[in-house]
Amino acid sequence: MIETRLDDVENIFKDLRESFNSGTTKSLSWRKKQIEQLYKMCDEQKHVFASALNDDFHRPSFETLVFDCGSIRNECTHALNEIDEWVRDKKISDAFAFAMLDKYIHPEPLGIALIIGSWNYPYLVTLSPLVGAIAAGNCVILKPSELAPKSAAIMAAMVERYLDPSCVRVVLGGADHVQVLLKGDINKVFYTGSTAVGKIIMKAAAEKMIPVTLECGGKNPVYIADDANMEICAKRIAWGKAINCGQTCLAPDYILCSKTTENRIVPEIIKAWRQFYTDTPFNSESYCHIINNRHFERVKKLINQNKVVHGGETDSENNYIAPTIMTDVTENDDIMREEIFGPILPFITVNNEEEAIKFMNNRDKSLALYVFSSTKSLAQRIINSTSAGSTCVNDVIFQIAPPSLPFGGVGASGLGSYHGKYSFDTFSHQRTVVYAPNWTEPILSKRNPPYNPTITGLMEKLTKVHRNWFPMPRFNCFSMMFTVLALAVGISMTMNRMKDDKSKV
Amino acid sequence: MIETSIDSIPNIFQDLRASFNAGKTKSLAWRKKQLEQLFKMCDEQKEVFASAAYADFHRPTAETLLFDCGVIRNECIHVLNHIDEWARDESRSDSLAYATMDKYIHPEPFGICLIIGAWNYPFLLTLSPLVGAIAAGNCVVLKPSELAPNSAAITATMVERYLDPSCIRVVLGAVDQTQTLLKGDINHIFYTGSTSVGKLIMKAAAEKMVPVILECGGKSPVYIADDANIAVTAKRIAWGKTINCGQTCVAPDYILCSKTTESRLIPEIVKAWQSFYTDNPSNSDSYCHIVNDRHFERVKRLIDSTKVVYGGQTDAKQNFIEPTIMTNVNGNDKVMQEEIFGPILPIVTVNNENEAIEFINARPKPLALYVFTSNNNLAKTIINSTSSGSTCVNDVIFQIAPPCLPFGGVGESGIGNYHGKNSFDAFSHSRSVAYSPTWAERLIAKRNPPYTKKKTASLESLTKGHRNWLPIPRLGFWFWAFAALATAIATRVITRGIKNNIWDL
Repeated sequence: MIETRLDDVENIFKDLRESFNSGTTKSLSWRKKQIEQLYKMCDEQKHVFASALNDDFHRPSFETLVFDCGSIRNECTHALNEIDEWVRDKKISDAFAFAMLDKYIHPEPLGIALIIGSWNYPYLVTLSPLVGAIAAGNCVILKPSELAPKSAAIMAAMVERYLDPSCVRVVLGGADHVQVLLKGDINKVFYTGSTAVGKIIMKAAAEKMIPVTLECGGKNPVYIADDANMEICAKRIAWGKAINCGQTCLAPDYILCSKTTENRIVPEIIKAWRQFYTDTPFNSESYCHIINNRHFERVKKLINQNKVVHGGETDSENNYIAPTIMTDVTENDDIMREEIFGPILPFITVNNEEEAIKFMNNRDKSLALYVFSSTKSLAQRIINSTSAGSTCVNDVIFQIAPPSLPFGGVGASGLGSYHGKYSFDTFSHQRTVVYAPNWTEPILSKRNPPYNPTITGLMEKLTKVHRNWFPMPRFNCFSMMFTVLALAVGISMTMNRMKDDKSKV
Repeated sequence: MIETSIDSIPNIFQDLRASFNAGKTKSLAWRKKQLEQLFKMCDEQKEVFASAAYADFHRPTAETLLFDCGVIRNECIHVLNHIDEWARDESRSDSLAYATMDKYIHPEPFGICLIIGAWNYPFLLTLSPLVGAIAAGNCVVLKPSELAPNSAAITATMVERYLDPSCIRVVLGAVDQTQTLLKGDINHIFYTGSTSVGKLIMKAAAEKMVPVILECGGKSPVYIADDANIAVTAKRIAWGKTINCGQTCVAPDYILCSKTTESRLIPEIVKAWQSFYTDNPSNSDSYCHIVNDRHFERVKRLIDSTKVVYGGQTDAKQNFIEPTIMTNVNGNDKVMQEEIFGPILPIVTVNNENEAIEFINARPKPLALYVFTSNNNLAKTIINSTSSGSTCVNDVIFQIAPPCLPFGGVGESGIGNYHGKNSFDAFSHSRSVAYSPTWAERLIAKRNPPYTKKKTASLESLTKGHRNWLPIPRLGFWFWAFAALATAIATRVITRGIKNNIWDL
């Protein structure tokens, strides 16, 4: 793979800093143009992207077209729809005490943002944050993962073609390049990848107090209650586990359920996989492979053949691992020690949701937590008793689709979030701006020394915030006006009726 | 000063973790009770707090009553007014594509939060974040600064008396205790203090990917335009520079203005100081002292007596430094190499706002940036050409008073923010929750393999986001409800009028 020369990195920073200082990225029309270009790129080049990724690890075109290019285009569209609102100064209203201050929040770009991408959804996790970084007015350096070399190379070529190279650049390379970049003139780091490397990134960022967003992973548990709709549950889990060959940060990692449920659901999952990939997934164009030999060996070692009830076949020449189910798994098995990131589905037996909650809470907080049940209150109870980056009930992975929901981890699964407005916010600084009028000086000067107890007492009273005497939730002005108008209409109608003697008063 | 023994710290963590797991802090009633107690504490004990701070560094009672206790009480009230709203699950609405999913954001506490306080506003900077941590449902370990030992000790005593010791604890000590705490079972760190220590905190936090909020500092510049109202400007700057003897993170650090303005400004500032503290500030009970010998020596070294035009007197026995003005200061002087955190006011000459902007942008981003002018456009230009944590026009420090405005730094002045809802958010994880309906299976099943070109295209158009065809901003439900009702009423009145020939047509 062609790598960017380490000596060139310094010049890249110089160019980007100059562009940023000249104000290019602050222009709203520049930002919109770039996002439109990004949309175009993920539209016109989608097949080129898909074949590069197919070369990298046998990734089916559908998955690249829908999960990568489609999602990036949607992120662009959403940003273009909302960006005028996001960049606007946001006026804030407050209690009476501060009403005389003209105050607002002014969003500002951070400067140069470094986006370190991952290999599993290489376009999505590199270019989707890019939408937020551009929308917020930053210059950007992209560092796609070297583990998907063809995708990285095509991204570099296309970004240079479609986007403004004076403000958006791509650096190709490995760990050495990342280290050089982290020491460079950056104001924000956005990282997608493993928890172990995420910690190293945060440590490096601490040297200059650079804010970070870390999108990492973990073992995403699935609790299947006995009252779940087995057929649908099986299909959805089968889908979530096998797309991208299980190499999805949000993939369902392991299952917690009773033996009864396991006996009902395992055949359904097998049926679903047969439908998806036929009896020999090896021959299916819809089935992905493991990214490289090292990960192939890693995942293969997790398979305990004694516990396999379906699948288990591997082919090291093609880095192929069949969709596999293991049962009677315990927390001491190898497969429960790390995030699987592969097509192995372990089943752990629990008798009820209390045991499941206890099991999940004993482990690191995961990126996602899934519940399958037809009882809403059961789902609520599990949600309220656990913590995770996000949760979906009766499906997997899909909670990241709506742009209004933040996508991020908690604890070891990550720090910060993005998607939609959250992307914009993660690459912005919300600067408070207050205008203090001169005419308030007579009141304001009461704060001046010399202090005496009388003035102090007066100031305490003047600046005091009060409990809401009326426990009304915050109504906005239009709901107030609507209520007033509706009341006026109601009263006038009633009075008319009284006048017409239609009701005996 | 009494220190908490290092050996007892693991037990503290054990106790807090047990309380958190038992769900004590999740109860809304518990949180409100703690906040009410915190309010009571900062009300009933305010004089006791004030005398502790006075004993520590001659802090005037009024400053502790108003800037510490009063502000903490206001924060408690503000949070009590809103906590029901904040703790509630927040429904999210989205475009039609995701309307079928029931989705909301579920705020969750992190677990155990460590709050490391600073000495300059010893109660405010330790207890104000505590409000947010409790409101969000966390257990808390407070580590007040050892540089204000009496304040730290009284904080520990009172917290034990007023708040729930099974969930909130105070650890007294210095670097050793802090290092032990950082390695403990914590899920969040909130730090107020210097940038250099902030970086060490973030590095330590990276070991376990613990999220951090760092409230640091910097040199907060003040630009005074020639058209500023000099009398008011001088009074406000004089006040901001000498409260707490200049030991305020958002104090105006240095001034940028023209020679003309400088010659008009200095007499006014001197006049203000004399009215605040008389000719002899060392005798004034309204004037604070430097916190300890080390900082006294540090600040004293910054004074270049050849550039002093007012003040300059010091008294090592009392750690007293009088309000001082230096002129003809340039970027290389000692006083411009670090945050002053003392009552020295350097004035750097610039000819116009462009020179000021250049000077400011050549330095690290400050916690606050101030502009004094009667021309709002000039203020806007400066705001749009610079970056800082927050900004106030025509006053100093006051931008942190309204609880609805975020307070935090950017770049080396800090990461994250707090106050009001921002405090609640700072100590919460916003967990996305989505409910995927089972009746939508027909639609959802389109995502399943085997993939075909036709399926791909169909799914691409199904999931496609669309540009808003009508560029109306998001006006909200109540606006449309009001508009609909108003239109209906108007129509009825008009048509009735026409029917009854009321209008002269």
